[in-house]
Amino acid sequence: MTKNATMPRIKVDAVGKIFGRGPQAVQAIKRIDLDVHENEFVSIVGTSGCGKSTLLNMIGGLDEPTSGDILIDGTPVDGPGRNRGFVFQSYSLFEWMTVQGNIRFALEKSNFGKAEKDELVAHFVQAVGLSGFENAYPKQLSGGMRQRVAIARALVYKPSILLMDEPFGALDAQTRGMMQELLLKIWEDHKVTVLFVTHDVDEAIFLADRVIVLCSSPGLVKRTVDIELERPRAFDIVTTAKFGEYKRDIMADIREETLKVMAMEKHNES
Amino acid sequence: MQPKETNAQTRRKPKSGLFRLREDIPSGLYNALGFIIPAVLIFLWWLVTYLGLVKPLFLPSPVAVLAEGWRQVTEGILLADASVSFYRITVGWLAATVVAVPVGILMGNFQIIEGSLGPLISTMRYMPVVALIPLSILWAGIGDAQKILILFLGTFFQQALMIMDNVKNIDMNLIRAGQTLGFSNSEILRRVILPAASPGIWDTFRITIGWTWTYLVVAELVAASDGLGRRIMDAQRYLATDTILFGTLFIGVLGLLTDYAFNKSGLRFFRWNSDKR
Repeated sequence: MTKNATMPRIKVDAVGKIFGRGPQAVQAIKRIDLDVHENEFVSIVGTSGCGKSTLLNMIGGLDEPTSGDILIDGTPVDGPGRNRGFVFQSYSLFEWMTVQGNIRFALEKSNFGKAEKDELVAHFVQAVGLSGFENAYPKQLSGGMRQRVAIARALVYKPSILLMDEPFGALDAQTRGMMQELLLKIWEDHKVTVLFVTHDVDEAIFLADRVIVLCSSPGLVKRTVDIELERPRAFDIVTTAKFGEYKRDIMADIREETLKVMAMEKHNES
Repeated sequence: MQPKETNAQTRRKPKSGLFRLREDIPSGLYNALGFIIPAVLIFLWWLVTYLGLVKPLFLPSPVAVLAEGWRQVTEGILLADASVSFYRITVGWLAATVVAVPVGILMGNFQIIEGSLGPLISTMRYMPVVALIPLSILWAGIGDAQKILILFLGTFFQQALMIMDNVKNIDMNLIRAGQTLGFSNSEILRRVILPAASPGIWDTFRITIGWTWTYLVVAELVAASDGLGRRIMDAQRYLATDTILFGTLFIGVLGLLTDYAFNKSGLRFFRWNSDKR
């Protein structure tokens, strides 16, 4: 911790985003302020269309804010960078490369030596539980296994931040649970700052130190909930009373937002 | 209770369904049907001519068509025709492909190029190629170049648009993944977009070379002295319907073989694209 300990890893400063211009312009995010600290795990939940993926894309440098600034370790974001890893819902693997090939591809722009790269690839294949599948092609793998490759690919070059956009959204409930536990273990072992977008409230609480609830369009932070559940967390933590309280509060917020959207749609129709 | 159980059992018996929506049928049957239907048609053809229901001028018998084929083989005409036509098709298709691949890829990736060329190409592809024969002779003479030009015109425009679609169909997040990993635009183009689109592009190759075959007769319509298409057009003058039928069927078979070759080699090149282990 040579850097100023109070400097957030990610600082989202009065960020707004408008898509398009003129009468067709859509305000996706009105104004969001958010600090994420080193090694923190933050979940973002909200109704669809609340701008949560847009926010993540902007932090990833895949999209630019219309107003405000995004700072990583105090430096403004200017496009994608190797201090951030990104995991998409659609896996987005390079299907013509093997499991190993996908992970190795991510190391190409790194300055590690060959031996070091080999070691990193082997380490992450093992960390995501894909030993024995090094030479398989993505199409031969299940959805959960594919997403493990994507996680390994996003972490292998040692970014300080991992951005995840509904990474488990396409998985069945059982696989999803296993992946959440795996992710927590990786996060605890590798110490990385995680920003995790989901619409699954259970998932958000189970994983995070802090849950950010966004308002429906246009995006604003409705509420921030600190999750004070002990770590390491086991799967049965979801049955505790404390978890239930968090869940009730957050769901009430989201329900309120959903009703607002529905009322607005009705208003627009008439 | 007893009768009820038997009832349930009969209900559970799988319905003999060769016509269930999207359901598999036995693969042996599936493959056999591909031969049975043509065989039945050939038999009906033979029957009609054997019974003398149609004059041979209008429909020569299958035997007569085969005999015509054999004559062309023994006299060496068939090989000469096929090789010259094959040459024209290959060069015409390759010329179209060499231009269509970069044009399609650029159109699929850069809106500025799609906007510039898209409307033009979309219009050109509806041009009747036959109508361009006179112009093609003026521009390219009466040699092979003119035939190749016709084949090029018949293939290029469709192919460029299809390749554009192949490129557009790849997942946008693949490009984004490449960006987050620190690759430049040209690296992403070469190492992400191109391989991701390659199975689709290969399939476009397979389909478009089929179209090139169908343009063969048009290409050899005028000012040709040899070629499979030319042979058919010549036969028209003498009402040699057996020659016409043989030539047409032969082009069909060659087209089918080309299709098969592309299909098989595609499966080999893009093994990663198969979900079987």
